[in-house]
Amino acid sequence: MRITVTVDGMDYGDEVEPRTLLVHYLRERLGKTGTVVGCDTSNCGACTVHLDGHSVKSCAVLAVQANGREVTTIEGLARDGQLHPVQEAFHQNHALQCGFCTPGMIMQAIDLLADNPDPDEDQVRHGLEGNLCRCTGYQNIVNAVRDAAHRMSPGAGPDAERVDETKLVGRTPMHAGGGE
Amino acid sequence: MTATAEPEVGRARHRKEDARLITGATRWTDNMQLTGMLHMALLRSPVAHARITSIDVTEAVKMPGVLMALTGQDVAAEQGSLPCVWPITEDMLAPPAPSLAVDRVNFAGEAVALVVARSAAEAHDALSAIDVDYEDLPVVLDMERAIEDGADLVHPDLGSNKSATWVFDSAEAGTGSDVDAAIADAEVLVERTFRQQRLIPAFMEPRSVVVDPSPDSVTMWSSTQVPHILRWMLSATLGIPEQRIRVIAPDVGGGFGGKLQVTPEEVLTMLVARRIGKPVKWTETRTESMLSGHHGRDQVQRLTIAARRDGTVTGLKVDLLADMGAYLRLIAPGVPILGAFVFNGIYKFPAYRFTCTNVFTDKTPTDAYRGAGRPEATFGIERMMDELAAELGVDPLDLRRRNWIRHEEFPFDTVTGLTYDSGDYEAATDRATELFGYDALRREQAERRANGDTVQLGIGISTYTEMCGWAPSRVLGALRYAAGGWETAAIRMLPTGKVELVTGTSPHGQGHETAWSQIVADRLGVPFEDVEVLHGDTRISHRGLDSYGSRSVAVGGVAVALAADKVLAKAHTVAAHLMEVGEDDVEFTAGTFSVRGTSTTMTLGDVVTAANAAHNLPDGMEPGLDADATFDPSSLSFPHGTHLCATEVDTQTGEVKIRSYVCVDDVGKVVNPVIVEGQVHGGLAQGIAQALYEEAVHDESGTLTTATFADYLLPSAVDLPHFTTDRTETPALTNPLGVKGVGEAGTIASTPAVVNAIVDAVRHMGVSDVQMPCTPMRVWKAIHHRGDGVPTTPGAGGGLGSVNVDDQAYPRGGAE
Amino acid sequence: MIPAAFDYVAPTTVDEAVRALAAGGEDAKVMAGGQSLIPVLRMRLAAPTLVVDLSGLTELTGVHDNGDSLRIGAMTTHYEVQRDPLVREHARLLCLATDTVADPQVRHRGTFGGSLAHADPAGDLLAPALALDAVMVCVGPSGTREVPAASFFLDYFTTALAPDELLTHVRVPKLTGWGAHYEKFNRVAQAWSIVAVAAALRVSGGRIADARVGLTNMAGTPVRARGVEEALVGQPASAEVITTAASHAAEGTDPASDGNADAEYRSHLARVLTERAVTAAVSA
Repeated sequence: MRITVTVDGMDYGDEVEPRTLLVHYLRERLGKTGTVVGCDTSNCGACTVHLDGHSVKSCAVLAVQANGREVTTIEGLARDGQLHPVQEAFHQNHALQCGFCTPGMIMQAIDLLADNPDPDEDQVRHGLEGNLCRCTGYQNIVNAVRDAAHRMSPGAGPDAERVDETKLVGRTPMHAGGGE
Repeated sequence: MTATAEPEVGRARHRKEDARLITGATRWTDNMQLTGMLHMALLRSPVAHARITSIDVTEAVKMPGVLMALTGQDVAAEQGSLPCVWPITEDMLAPPAPSLAVDRVNFAGEAVALVVARSAAEAHDALSAIDVDYEDLPVVLDMERAIEDGADLVHPDLGSNKSATWVFDSAEAGTGSDVDAAIADAEVLVERTFRQQRLIPAFMEPRSVVVDPSPDSVTMWSSTQVPHILRWMLSATLGIPEQRIRVIAPDVGGGFGGKLQVTPEEVLTMLVARRIGKPVKWTETRTESMLSGHHGRDQVQRLTIAARRDGTVTGLKVDLLADMGAYLRLIAPGVPILGAFVFNGIYKFPAYRFTCTNVFTDKTPTDAYRGAGRPEATFGIERMMDELAAELGVDPLDLRRRNWIRHEEFPFDTVTGLTYDSGDYEAATDRATELFGYDALRREQAERRANGDTVQLGIGISTYTEMCGWAPSRVLGALRYAAGGWETAAIRMLPTGKVELVTGTSPHGQGHETAWSQIVADRLGVPFEDVEVLHGDTRISHRGLDSYGSRSVAVGGVAVALAADKVLAKAHTVAAHLMEVGEDDVEFTAGTFSVRGTSTTMTLGDVVTAANAAHNLPDGMEPGLDADATFDPSSLSFPHGTHLCATEVDTQTGEVKIRSYVCVDDVGKVVNPVIVEGQVHGGLAQGIAQALYEEAVHDESGTLTTATFADYLLPSAVDLPHFTTDRTETPALTNPLGVKGVGEAGTIASTPAVVNAIVDAVRHMGVSDVQMPCTPMRVWKAIHHRGDGVPTTPGAGGGLGSVNVDDQAYPRGGAE
Repeated sequence: MIPAAFDYVAPTTVDEAVRALAAGGEDAKVMAGGQSLIPVLRMRLAAPTLVVDLSGLTELTGVHDNGDSLRIGAMTTHYEVQRDPLVREHARLLCLATDTVADPQVRHRGTFGGSLAHADPAGDLLAPALALDAVMVCVGPSGTREVPAASFFLDYFTTALAPDELLTHVRVPKLTGWGAHYEKFNRVAQAWSIVAVAAALRVSGGRIADARVGLTNMAGTPVRARGVEEALVGQPASAEVITTAASHAAEGTDPASDGNADAEYRSHLARVLTERAVTAAVSA
């Protein structure tokens, strides 16, 4: 099947088999190897990307389902050589060791902050429940996400203007007591 | 060249590695795409023990895109036997370990055939066209039954399921007295049997191998912890001259011992790439990883502790059964033996005997998993100390204090024959109890017990000492390990004054690029940013023994410092020569040589330039300042610590919640406190996960029923607590950096801390043990005395891959 | 892992979808959000020849006010259900249960109707749908029929949907102002429910005027805990009443035994969790 898809701001047109997973399309056709595959059952979240502004596990989406849509990967976050505040916070807080889960973790963290710009520790942990990390014990990841929230909060400086993906902004916050 | 303002060693540097990892620019093996690259897929046995009566690949070869399909018979002459480098006894039984099963399969998941195709999808498609007939053989699963007389045999040719029995006896070794006498004379005896469940390392990056062959040399990229060992073993296994093999470990996504292996898949990828003459890639699925990557732990521990009424321990007897699985993998036989040296923990046992029998079963082979032998031992002794305290009716912390080695008693010769160089158990414990609020929690516990609260509070204590810095080569030789334990580093002083450091360690998440840069910067006074750390490619780092066993800093890091010292020594001579003074008149601080009492100086950069130009060097001196060093430690190192865990146990449901977790570790001198803390966090997560969540379960047919992440439960951020960590610092006396190692500490100490806390919460309800993982059902059954039987069937509903889903069961009406 | 090859159609109307399904014959499979199906395809536990992807059916998304009930499109995602003001007001139990489904990424893709049609008894939306007396609107070549939840779920992964039928909408009677709670018990956040209890109650003048209790994963289908409901209705909303009522929770269930829970423990959990769910719903 013929698909056209926008990935990290670039338009691509490709012939794909229906069975091709979005993550395999990204990695093997587009060379977007920043997004990785960690499991078969969509548990690990390492393949998380944004599809039309919402986090999805790209191993549980067919490439044909991305037809006509917009995908953002870890490789599309940094702008003009400047890291996204969440990327910067992961670095500053030692929120990664082997780094395999990191792209998915960062993409999900951005999604979570779009829903809840100032999450407490518990809300961060729940927001990341679909992403497994085997190295860090999560504590520094939680710290990084909260740190990023402060970096991105209004009045936090120039970075605050750089909340990416306009579609992520202006989402209605979760209902009170939400999350899980 | 500028001097560094504050010392680099000990500084909380953010990691160099992160730049590529946070932007998706990482180089994983599976990212590799080479022109004409083909893909290999493996067909794996669905049965645990069977004779292969026929296997037919003719239809598979006809499938679209397929270039080759091979069976074990097709590679039998070439594939050799996968290596095991640790024959722990002279008479150890070791079966041949084919990469591709030839006529028999010995565990479910063993590879029986392979397909090479133009795409991974086509290779997988063709697997279903391979026809295999199996004739079932009796399945051996239970270790205790496996060693009974007349038991069914995994390898009938060997005549026994016992691979080896290894004994250490302090009376025989002259390191202590006779344990049987201690037991006979004991005022108090506590005997327990504990089970170390089978675990799966579950590194996040699935293993991947790419082989690019050429007639002259063959290059393998592999997601491995051990590129150097892998090259050596590939050569030994396949008979390819070692100098014609280049192994590259690019970015590697975690290992935890799980990538300390020479795998069937590495051998097979090499073999087919050479046969076809084209690059071939194999990347595993997660389920393949769970089925065929080696597992860890899996021991039955029968323990006896002898003591006096006053709480003084007098003897420890350890009887282990260790499950090797179906074959002996790289260092598997030695893994439980590593525990022999730390079963005594931090305590002064006068008498000790350790006996371990390694047993074959029809299960996935086991091998190193984070801690390797030492978590098992620490679990055993720390659970026993709690049991003894309960038996004596004393506070478990007081019992430990009574028996541990006091700080003024170091260096201390232990009953296992080791010499602990340094430590301060009092300091670490005092700090931990203070952070934890030990006394207040004990009071709350008493209140909850008195009130009969539904939710009971438990306090778990675990002290430990790890044996790391793996290892003095002579010690390894004495243990019949086939290799040495040294590590190497080479420093290249480039003409511009920048530095390339080549290390023999092979990081896969530990941050060596950062930490080694700090050591070099500190020693040479060059900026941290000016150091580039090279590793993981046997053509760049030709010598090394890789990363495992918390050895990297205590051996490899020391080698880095020694190499820097050699550079400096030579630079010193050159500087004195160039400044035309005696060497004794020259001093070096912060990257600059100066002549005492004068304003004459030369930076190290100037010396490098001069040494490379070689226009004016002392007579007979070789140009350049490059140096390498190999460090073979004289002794192991012994980090230690005290961990305290408070759990809340819901007595109605058996659910366990960790309310607080405090650990104070002493890992000696610290190169980078941020990295050290991260290692502790990750170790805690894995140790806690063993206590509460993880277990590789086989059903009665030998099928692994936890072969996906939907069934093998890894904790997410929601499932782990906040950790309170701190450190005390007692430098190691056996290496010039004073470092001890930190990679496994958290894992080793945390498991018993959690289980002790659970038992402590409900001991008054008649509970003296809960088998791991302490699932809500197990805890509930223990409280309500309903036995400990747990079904091996996978999750009802839910679990993907756990339900035998067929087309009928999955209605086409829709899916979520 | 890579799914076996299949053909793919993405219809844009329900009619097209029904025709595609019929044309696909026995080996056609409907895909809603795909969050259960795609992993199953990847594991090659299923190998349909045709996948009919409903994600283009915008007519099946969203929540509509139908007077005394809500009409929820089968393709409404969990994420949309979670934050839909109508659902929150009139079927809060559904919001609470949906909050616990899988993880945020899956909730962005997974759909309400897909979960119900998948009929995994460990799934978290079946028991609430049953407790709320939801009605499934099914469309096939011969037209539309409505199936009450009580007769929709037949067995593990089996529903009353005919092979050529689609679940298009779910009608959920409004329970405005009721207390609600979903008590889920699992081993790690990502894991499926070992047991969960969905409770909705109306308390009036200190007495329980109406009670609905549904159980997750206590049989091959969701189970309505009628014994509990009967013991609650008309009684004061007191701890004693709730404890007594909860003791009936495992009646009429057929719990499985597995590594997480054997039948005895599951039955015990059902009672404990029912007590907790009802207690929470009373005060919610």
